[in-house]
Amino acid sequence: MIIPDSNTLLLIAALGLILIGIGGMVLSLHLLRIIFGLALLESGANLLLILATYSDRSVAPIIVGGKIPAHMADPIPQALVLTAIVIGVAVLALALSLALRIQRAYGTLDVRELRARLDQDIAAEAGINLPHSQDAPRSPAVVNAPGGAS
Amino acid sequence: MRRLSSLLFLAGLVTLIIAIFQPLPVGTATPAVGTAINHAAPEQVGAANLVTAVVLAYRGFDTLLELTILFTAAMAAGWVLDKPRNEARPDPDAGFILLAASDLLFPLLLILGLYVILHGHLTPGGGFQGGVVLALAFFLPLLARPGRRIDHQLFSLVEGLAGAAFIGIGLAAMLNGQAFLAPLFGTGELGALFSAGSLPLLYIAVGLKVGSELAGLLAHLAETEAVG
Repeated sequence: MIIPDSNTLLLIAALGLILIGIGGMVLSLHLLRIIFGLALLESGANLLLILATYSDRSVAPIIVGGKIPAHMADPIPQALVLTAIVIGVAVLALALSLALRIQRAYGTLDVRELRARLDQDIAAEAGINLPHSQDAPRSPAVVNAPGGAS
Repeated sequence: MRRLSSLLFLAGLVTLIIAIFQPLPVGTATPAVGTAINHAAPEQVGAANLVTAVVLAYRGFDTLLELTILFTAAMAAGWVLDKPRNEARPDPDAGFILLAASDLLFPLLLILGLYVILHGHLTPGGGFQGGVVLALAFFLPLLARPGRRIDHQLFSLVEGLAGAAFIGIGLAAMLNGQAFLAPLFGTGELGALFSAGSLPLLYIAVGLKVGSELAGLLAHLAETEAVG
């Protein structure tokens, strides 16, 4: 059993966060969970960016007492991540407000149900008859829709 | 079927990422640009916090664009959400602890936020972090008293003025014959509160802008009812 050093552990954590995030976005069928997956993916990417030039000897890039320490961390990834975090918050807020709006319009955040409802709405708006089999059971979402949300 | 293809996709991604990261010198590489900045920034910019020097002096234009992205996202969120209702609604009883804590924390958060903003060029922190603390200071009372109205127009005004001030400082550098957003007023003494030229002014503008934007956005989200 080899115990990896702290950098490898942090790298594994960052990649793991990215993978969990992507996995959540791909596998889950609920819009909120997809948004949370996006947030996890973002933090993993930020951690990875910081780790690119980090070593466990480095100290914060802040000059104390006029002396420059020997192993100062690279300030550039930190500045980049500062930018990325702020943009991540903005994206998260926008995604949440879109989800709120979808919840109000369709009453659900389930992706499958939303897809059926959206297909129906788009077809109704464009005047297309959706092809469907006579024998196929219609999905409950389509039957219960009170004339779409248009 | 969908699950299966998703899992296959994930497995492929894992293999790809491991293959990419196997040969990379993560953690052992010496950052050439970063080391150069670490040594040049104290004389060139005069900020003790080198991250601030990078964010506001070397990459000032990027920070302006970042503020633009934040503004665009906040604007889009406000556009997507409904207009906040104007009539007051009765407060649910928040309980003594939440009410007292929000009253008690408001001035402390205000002071902490302003401190973090003003010392952004000396200590960890800066306009973005302090701005978030300021936004929290204004959002916390709203959590305790959801029926209370906040003045969205005031927040928009502060936000617009702060954004204009950021661009104005950049233009002032151009009038001075330098590049857009170049630091003004010399570097000062390293580590003093009044040092690093116009960087603290820029960070005050950033802090006010981020704070008012986030507070307005959070209040807007809180005022929108989930199920109509």
